[in-house]
Amino acid sequence: MSIIRRSLTSLLIALACLVSVPAMAQEDPGKALLVNLAEAPSSRVEEAINAIVDSGDERARGWLEAYGNNRLSRIKDTGQVVLVLNNRGRDWEIADPLTGENLGEMSRRKLDRVAINNAIRGKLEGIMAMLDLNAADPDVREASARDMMGKVDAALVAPLEARLEKEESAAVRDRIEAALAIYRVEQGDIEAVEVLAGSLHSRARAALNNAAASDNSQLAEAANKALASIEQKLKLNKAAETLYFGLSMGSVLVLAAIGLAITFGVMGVINMAHGELIMLGAYTTWGVQQLLPGQPGLALLLSIPAGFLVAAIAGIIIERSVIQHLKGRPLETLLATFGISLILQQLVRTVISPQNRTVVTPEWMSGSLVINDALSLTLNRLYVMAFALIVFAALMMIMRRTRLGLDVRAVTQNRAMARSMGIKATKVDILTFALGSGVAGLAGVALSQLTNVGPNLGQNYIIDSFMVVVFGGVGNLWGTLIAGLSLGTINQLLEPWAGAVLAKIIVLVFIILFIQKRPKGLFPQKGRAAEN
Amino acid sequence: MSMLEQLTNRDQVFDFLAPVASPVDVRHGPILYMEDVNVSFDGFKAINNLNLTIDDGELRCIIGPNGAGKTTMMDIITGKTRPDTGSVWFGSRHNLLTMNEPDIATLGIGRKFQKPTVFEALTVFENLELAMAADKRILPTLTAIMKPENREQIDEVLEMIGLTALRDKPAGILSHGQKQWLEIGMLLMQKPRLLLVDEPVAGMTEQEMERTAELLTSLAGKQSVVVVEHDMGFVRSIARQVTVLHQGSVLAEGTMDQVSNDPEVIKVYLGEEA
Amino acid sequence: MATSTTWLLRPLQERSTQLFLGILTAALAVVTILHLAMPEDSALHVSAYTVTLLGKYLCYALLAVAVDLVWGYLGILSLGHGAFFALGGYAMGMYLMRQIGDRGTYGDPVLPDFMVFLNWDSLPWYWHGFDMAWFAFAMVLLVPGALAFVFGYLAFRSRVTGVYLSIITQALTFALMLAFFRNEMGFGGNNGLTDFRDILGFNLRTDATRLGLFIATGIALAIGYVICRGIVTSKLGRVSIACRDAEARTRFLGYRVERVQLFVFVVSAMLAGVAGALYVPQVGIINPSEFSPLFSIEVVVWVALGGRATLYGAVIGALLVNYAKTVFTGVMPDAWLFALGGLFVLVTVFLPKGIAGLLQKRRKAPEKDRSNPQEATA
Repeated sequence: MSIIRRSLTSLLIALACLVSVPAMAQEDPGKALLVNLAEAPSSRVEEAINAIVDSGDERARGWLEAYGNNRLSRIKDTGQVVLVLNNRGRDWEIADPLTGENLGEMSRRKLDRVAINNAIRGKLEGIMAMLDLNAADPDVREASARDMMGKVDAALVAPLEARLEKEESAAVRDRIEAALAIYRVEQGDIEAVEVLAGSLHSRARAALNNAAASDNSQLAEAANKALASIEQKLKLNKAAETLYFGLSMGSVLVLAAIGLAITFGVMGVINMAHGELIMLGAYTTWGVQQLLPGQPGLALLLSIPAGFLVAAIAGIIIERSVIQHLKGRPLETLLATFGISLILQQLVRTVISPQNRTVVTPEWMSGSLVINDALSLTLNRLYVMAFALIVFAALMMIMRRTRLGLDVRAVTQNRAMARSMGIKATKVDILTFALGSGVAGLAGVALSQLTNVGPNLGQNYIIDSFMVVVFGGVGNLWGTLIAGLSLGTINQLLEPWAGAVLAKIIVLVFIILFIQKRPKGLFPQKGRAAEN
Repeated sequence: MSMLEQLTNRDQVFDFLAPVASPVDVRHGPILYMEDVNVSFDGFKAINNLNLTIDDGELRCIIGPNGAGKTTMMDIITGKTRPDTGSVWFGSRHNLLTMNEPDIATLGIGRKFQKPTVFEALTVFENLELAMAADKRILPTLTAIMKPENREQIDEVLEMIGLTALRDKPAGILSHGQKQWLEIGMLLMQKPRLLLVDEPVAGMTEQEMERTAELLTSLAGKQSVVVVEHDMGFVRSIARQVTVLHQGSVLAEGTMDQVSNDPEVIKVYLGEEA
Repeated sequence: MATSTTWLLRPLQERSTQLFLGILTAALAVVTILHLAMPEDSALHVSAYTVTLLGKYLCYALLAVAVDLVWGYLGILSLGHGAFFALGGYAMGMYLMRQIGDRGTYGDPVLPDFMVFLNWDSLPWYWHGFDMAWFAFAMVLLVPGALAFVFGYLAFRSRVTGVYLSIITQALTFALMLAFFRNEMGFGGNNGLTDFRDILGFNLRTDATRLGLFIATGIALAIGYVICRGIVTSKLGRVSIACRDAEARTRFLGYRVERVQLFVFVVSAMLAGVAGALYVPQVGIINPSEFSPLFSIEVVVWVALGGRATLYGAVIGALLVNYAKTVFTGVMPDAWLFALGGLFVLVTVFLPKGIAGLLQKRRKAPEKDRSNPQEATA
């Protein structure tokens, strides 16, 4: 009971404090610390800083950071220490360091900068790192320990070791140990080499490289051994990274090609304007972002249906106005749609601009997923990959499970027969074309996150998309998926030793040769239906 | 050059419809011999252990329900489709499975398609000209000159298929029946040893059918003819030997009367209940 | 021997070919006279610039004839003929480069300027021989011919036709474009080959040489036209049409379709190479943009506009479209792509037989009226 009563009492006191802070005007201990720092002569600054650190105040890091950045000032009239938020122009924007309250602007003449010299600034970095190392959040501690790698000096060894004793998180311990080991290897400690043997961090490798070049043969040997094992690991990571880039490029190819695969498979027509439908999707994303300034994430999400619709409608217009008049003349269709692609490109150049447009990447899509020191996966590519798979799965569902899919498959296999079974081939054509075009629009939305949006966007992908469709086999979605992913990966595998351009040429030549061997692609349709 | 001329002119020495000197060796038996042939498309067995022999000079009719493998069989003989297993011999010397379509055609197997296929942009005369037996390599074709004898030969066939009046019209304007006849005419120009004729009377009038029957029976004896047909009346009017195909293999063989009384055949044609 | 050349002489007895050659000769003569005889301030004077421009059009016309030969008569829509054109052009460009000798900016007697710039110390092996005109001119035919042979052999043997073939021809020229953009290829990379001085000893910058090149192009077009016409009026031409319309049937008649296709394709590629070779000295530069898929597909629309499978239609189409291009890009450059794109659509949808089709319809209409009663009596 007594415990409850006591805590209740303290709770009440705390509440009372909160409500009556201005009234009670109780002195914040931080104020004194800051004033102490501001007034300290240069010989005693260090003491003042230590006082702030020792206070254990959570705001200490912010204060010291501001101090290091010349953002700590004193108001000449009142002697109050303030944070400078913005020090451009005549009037500076200031805030109360104790409450964080914005105090508005004040002429810079009324402010006095709290002086700092370079010796102190150098020490401040280590002190702040130690502060971070003692932070409550293990992620902050880990980042701080990582930053310390290669920066440890004699003065930091003792506090780091102390920290290591207390540290509970294994990840943070590893980092601290590595940071200490780098220091020790630099000092010629052979045993410390062992600790670094598994590290992929570039500073660890730099330390080992230095050690390998040292005069101490034992140390050099140990370092070389460690380096070899690191090299092995790096190779693996490099391979994983190549695979990642390959799959990412592949999923872009799949997105770009899958709409083409549908229209080509079902209607036997080559839509040369497919690339421009992709471009329309990308421009739609840009347009939606223009309409919703400051909300790139929401705009991107809205662009998905919008891009699909815009491209699908454009597709329907193309189908109704041109393609339907060219039934049974695939080569003429190819030419006519090429003409349309020229018109669409020029239209964008004239109406919007011949220059590229940048589409903003929302925050949740930027940055990367860190796997280890040598491998981090950029988030935007990861999202595009996932998006490609979702689109693929959705198309599979449409083809397998819906009435439209059934009709489409029937028309693909035997148009005349399907028609005599009462399937309205014209309607199927329109819907398929709209679907294929819409998917192109989706590809454009995704591409806008990876490359510049410009009038030539579509052209860059059209030949690759055709190659994917031809490689995978017409009328086969799985073929398109596998062809797209494998072509993307092959391209990335070739790039390191052949260069980007040569890799592309090799892939093109490979496909040209492949078509000779298997004219109907990886997964051909067999039997009678394929003959017609 | 004279060698080439000799080659192009050689066939003019022979009278029309006279037996053509052919490398095909039929002294030891049939002109066409198929044994244990199997073909499947994606697991579907189109031809299943098919055995068939055609004698030199024979007129054979092949009947069978849809999907019995009749067209696939012709595809195999002409080199369009390669069987999974089995052997196909033309005479006793030529293994057809090692040859491609043009070689097989040059060797003396002519084919008329199920759907009449003529070159619609060319005139009737030109269609026959292309079919004419000649050296069909590139340069001889480029330098080929129409000789009076060739012209006569084509005119003769034109007469026979009743298209003399239309000789300079593009083949595209012909009626369905006329196209069938033109295609038969092209077959005749090729002077094959073996004619494969897929549904020759589809879309023909009663009269035209009679003439076709006459023509095909007159060819038999000098050339071997294999006719695939659905029209039972037509088959009865020309057939001596009839082969019934079912599910890719031979169900029955014999005269028309024999096969039409065969209980198996009746079952296939009239359904299980019958 | 008489029989082996008949196919080539046959077109000369045709009225349409005589008409074509007559008009071409007259045009060459008129331009030459107006250029040489008219004083420069006369309204009728044809400037050296115009002569060269017309020469360029004639090169395009020859290229269009080559494309029509394969597309019109063989049904092969090549979207990569620009590659053969460009290869012929590069072969000529290499010859012209070697002719510069030590007159280049860097004054190297053997190495072209761009190689000196790239710090190369010797000529790559494939540049040898191009200092000799006969060798270079042979390469103008052989390089495009060899590429067409290898590509065609592989493609036709595996019976790749239709849109598939079109797409891989496009990929072919695209791959070549990327390759020629690379400096390491040794063809001047981005900038290509330029700064030519003289050809066969004649200074390229004089009006007389320009006129000579224009006339040479006219003659090349005439010869190319007669060769194509000779092929299409021969039995081989009819076999080509047979391959175009019913490939399987042709095969069952005993013709080797893939060889027919290969032969005509290679001839066509060589003609394209000649067109490219004549183009380069007149425009004074060859660079990888000639390989661009856009150029190749543009050629196809010239043929489509003029009328497929007529040969003379290809010439009309090439001249018309390129004249329009010159006018448009001068007056309102932005509108050109709209016009070109619109042309693609209009021709394919509304004018499938092209201008030649319109001309034929006109000529045939009165004939039909006369022939109808005859047919009725027959």
